[in-house]
Amino acid sequence: MLKQSDIKKIAWLARLEIAEEDTPGFSRDLSNILNLVEQMDHVDTSSVTPMAHPLELSARLRPDKVTETNQREQLQSHAPAVERGHYLVPKVIE
Amino acid sequence: MHNKTLAELSRSLRNKEISSEELTRLLLDRCNKFNKSLNCFISLTEDKALSLAMEADVKIKANNAGPLTGIPIAHKDIFCTHGIRTTCGSKILDNFISPYDATVVKQLESAGMVMLGKTNMDEFAMGSSNETSFYGPVENPWDKERVPGGSSGGSAVAVAARLAPAATGTDTGGSIRQPASLCGITGLKPTYGRVSRYGMIAFASSLDQGGPMTRTAEDAAMILNAMAGFDERDSTSVDREVEDYIAALEQPIEGLKIGLPKEYFDERLNPDISQIVHDGISELEKLGATVTEISLPSSTLSIPVYYVVAPAECSSNLARFDGVRYGYRCEDPKDLNDLYCRSRGEGFGREVKRRVMIGTYVLSAGYYDAYYLKAQKIRRLIRDEFQQALKDVDVIIGPTTPGTAFRLNELMDDPISMYLSDIYTVSVNLAGLPAISVPAGLLNGLPVGMQIIGDYFAEARLLNVAHRFQQVTDWHQKKPTGYE
Repeated sequence: MLKQSDIKKIAWLARLEIAEEDTPGFSRDLSNILNLVEQMDHVDTSSVTPMAHPLELSARLRPDKVTETNQREQLQSHAPAVERGHYLVPKVIE
Repeated sequence: MHNKTLAELSRSLRNKEISSEELTRLLLDRCNKFNKSLNCFISLTEDKALSLAMEADVKIKANNAGPLTGIPIAHKDIFCTHGIRTTCGSKILDNFISPYDATVVKQLESAGMVMLGKTNMDEFAMGSSNETSFYGPVENPWDKERVPGGSSGGSAVAVAARLAPAATGTDTGGSIRQPASLCGITGLKPTYGRVSRYGMIAFASSLDQGGPMTRTAEDAAMILNAMAGFDERDSTSVDREVEDYIAALEQPIEGLKIGLPKEYFDERLNPDISQIVHDGISELEKLGATVTEISLPSSTLSIPVYYVVAPAECSSNLARFDGVRYGYRCEDPKDLNDLYCRSRGEGFGREVKRRVMIGTYVLSAGYYDAYYLKAQKIRRLIRDEFQQALKDVDVIIGPTTPGTAFRLNELMDDPISMYLSDIYTVSVNLAGLPAISVPAGLLNGLPVGMQIIGDYFAEARLLNVAHRFQQVTDWHQKKPTGYE
């Protein structure tokens, strides 16, 4: 059973703000999901290789050439805050 | 006119019985009329639709039209559409105007199809009822008190209520097949890698696959002909020639070997649904197919495996929504972490948060081997059992879902029961196989789907079997009342 302190830690790792009153609900739901997942423990997988791709294909490589055009202005037009070509966030370094 | 299938509309357009503009206006009127209650569209793109329809009419007039030219389609709002809002059913993308088109959108537009709008869906495709959408639930046209299934619920309803002859969907654990089953339409999930994922907002990258949702297998074949193919912009796209899915439709299925997995017909299945699926299989036997029982013992673990693999992949894919480059940003962040945490906390709904947190937990230090690695090992067992079975049989048939459409709010506070509604569909995604759901009957006035699973790249075979089934049954012609 995940404790409410575990939920707060996981939420922090995922950078998710969770309201205090929602913590017990998430604790119950996540614990139930992990209980469901624990059915996996009954299977002996000691000799099984983990599967990364159903067709056993590995990542395709391509020549290291520029293929996309520069769309900086268009892409930055979707940002919440931009200044002189940079994405604006609250001050990081004092 | 709206009751015609895509194939019939294709003929009507080329015989000049109707123009694409007339057809598009007629369907847009229906969308405007019925969407108020159904809520199956998040956005209607009327201007875009009419301009595409007029372009199509020029081509048709010049006898320069392909089979899909001028035919309207609805796109699930998970596909990026250039210059058009693309929300993925989430508040965090409520203001997002995509700067580019998904490959699938581009392919279908090149084939002459007319986009009517963007359909409602579970937030980031995480759900089996369409109730996790920021834009509210979608009504099932067969019974307004019930859900249409999900996550491609809006697409399924648009097709079922005859607002569009076809729609795109995506399927990570059943999100095309389950709503197709619950709404009485045909839905195909292709082999992993067959349809490009470029511009399809990622949920679980090793499972996600786009596909067509239509009224008939023939219509699905027509759409898949335009959707399938290699795309260098998708690193997991498979470079393999695309078959002509129409050409194979009429092949006889005499001698077809069908496997029935005994695990798909055990006590967890509603007996009435079991009977409907068996009746469907009898129709195929009359056409010369033979049936044997098979066993897929590890498939019973597919839900536990899926709820490790899919959340793990979603937690890393959804890390990109940070309130910095696009999408929702919280008011007055006090520092950078506050900006991340509150933008995500306010922008994501409850089910997305559950899954991001599960994924974060199973991938965190000390837990990786026990969860993610273990799940990927059992995933191989599930895949190998399918592969073994498909050496002896051509297709595997079973139910698409364990029950018919459930009531709105019935499972919203019980995530585990909601997850179990995908019990027969998720194993197919874990194995990367193609599968199709076709209407096979009605139970208490609600549609029931039959699922046909095939070997890798056997889409043509699946469509052939589904088409043959639809030639001798009329379940795919049944329609909900009240949408004339």
